[in-house]
Amino acid sequence: MSEVLRVEKPGLFTTIQDLGRLSAMSSGVPTGGAMDRFAHRAANLLVGNDEGAATLECTLSGPSLIALRRCLVAITGADFDPHLNGEAAPMWTGVFLSEGDEVSFAGRRWGARVCIAVAGGIAGDRWLGSLSTNLLAARGGMHGRLLAAGDMIGVSGVPAAPAISGRLLSPHHRPDYADHTLPAIAGPHARRLDSEGRKALFGAAFSVSRDADRMGYRLEGPMLDASGDELLSFGLVAGAVQVPRSGQPILLMADHGTAGGYPVVATVASAAMPVAAQLLPGDELSFSEIGIEAALRLRRDQRAALDSLKS
Amino acid sequence: MPAPRSTTKVRTHPLGDAALLAELGTRLDTALNTRAIALAAALKKRRDVRQAIAGYAGVTVHFDPDLVTHEALTAALKRLASKRPPMSEPGRLHRIPVVYDGPDMDAVSAVLGLDVAKIVEIHTRPIYRVFLVGFVPGWGYLGPLPEELELPRRQVPRTKVPAGSVAIAGRQTGIYPLATPGGWHLIGRTSVKLFLPDSDPPCLFRAGDRVKFFATPG
Repeated sequence: MSEVLRVEKPGLFTTIQDLGRLSAMSSGVPTGGAMDRFAHRAANLLVGNDEGAATLECTLSGPSLIALRRCLVAITGADFDPHLNGEAAPMWTGVFLSEGDEVSFAGRRWGARVCIAVAGGIAGDRWLGSLSTNLLAARGGMHGRLLAAGDMIGVSGVPAAPAISGRLLSPHHRPDYADHTLPAIAGPHARRLDSEGRKALFGAAFSVSRDADRMGYRLEGPMLDASGDELLSFGLVAGAVQVPRSGQPILLMADHGTAGGYPVVATVASAAMPVAAQLLPGDELSFSEIGIEAALRLRRDQRAALDSLKS
Repeated sequence: MPAPRSTTKVRTHPLGDAALLAELGTRLDTALNTRAIALAAALKKRRDVRQAIAGYAGVTVHFDPDLVTHEALTAALKRLASKRPPMSEPGRLHRIPVVYDGPDMDAVSAVLGLDVAKIVEIHTRPIYRVFLVGFVPGWGYLGPLPEELELPRRQVPRTKVPAGSVAIAGRQTGIYPLATPGGWHLIGRTSVKLFLPDSDPPCLFRAGDRVKFFATPG
């Protein structure tokens, strides 16, 4: 490992994340990984990394980072007004830093999470096959914790593709982060809702409550009644919309519990999860019902947008 | 004579565009759980399956939609489920020492009308099965709990349950591996570590294991 960045200010909640540890689910360990996987994959491709390399996920506010040597970085996801040596810095493109350069963020304009990739992939503790930070277990990433001032960030290898600046993901290739209508597929227990409930689920406005973190978002809005026989616990997935007895739905995110027994009335299309990952308490959202085929088309379109960075 | 065909029915439901839930049944039943665990193990061998998690009576399958469709995987699941499950070996047996002095013991005793000694005797009687590991790292859903101890969950869940707490709810019992929120009734505690972050797999219990509690003085 060689050190490339020093953390001057860590930001409010900055962690090292990759694409998570799906294999650890059978031990009850959350998959974890980047919340906005589109931003994560794009940032890596922009600096020539494999998509699964680790990046920094910065929530609500960005860090200040000093380059210890020449390196290529990319900033994607939410807009926290990034700056390079005090000048506005571009997003969604590869930018070379020279030794002593400072990357900082002036303040949040929209969205919840910024992603920062460095050519070579950010180094960290590997735990159960992934560099993703798990705060509950205090494992993975930067020793299982948030970034702190004075931390040294290293890269773990050489990028898969040449480190060249100027790769750019044009706006029409990015998710429409301003559209908070999340396409979702009816879930295993959608039939527990009556026609009114189903209409509310697929159409009414919900808002993200203050109870929102990497595990999931409790939503406020119409109460849904999905009551019925107690369910036996089963394996859960990110994007699932659970309805506990309170009637207040919960949208499961990257660090969700691996199993549960609440009814799942819908699951957000995988292509819409990056948009969900950028929502904050108070943001409005709604679900629109979609079939599997249509969801897969959105997924393929998103894949093609990322693949456009590979040529 | 051909072997009699199994009649296990599988119903699949989409969990988004890259996962599905395959239900074998809706009852808390050791035979169903055994089949679910065997089915998950068989599915994990497929190249198009990224992960398969056995629940009480079903399997959640994470698949690669570029390699297989929901329909094709459902058909494969039905074929797999119609096969006779392999003879399952009895799971490993864990003997867990418990100090039965949990903060809810008196309330549980009052509600059930059983004295503490009787609750301890009933709770330590069965060899429980680990139906599934999940929810939080290292948590095992153990059961069935004898009917005499059946209680609904607490009205108001605790925001923090100490690690090692031994708890009951419904026809289930379990041990909190980490300090987490929880709505079960705490009847005791154990010093046995359930979550082993530096081992792989990082937990003591695996689905299909057996667990016997015994009382130990505090």
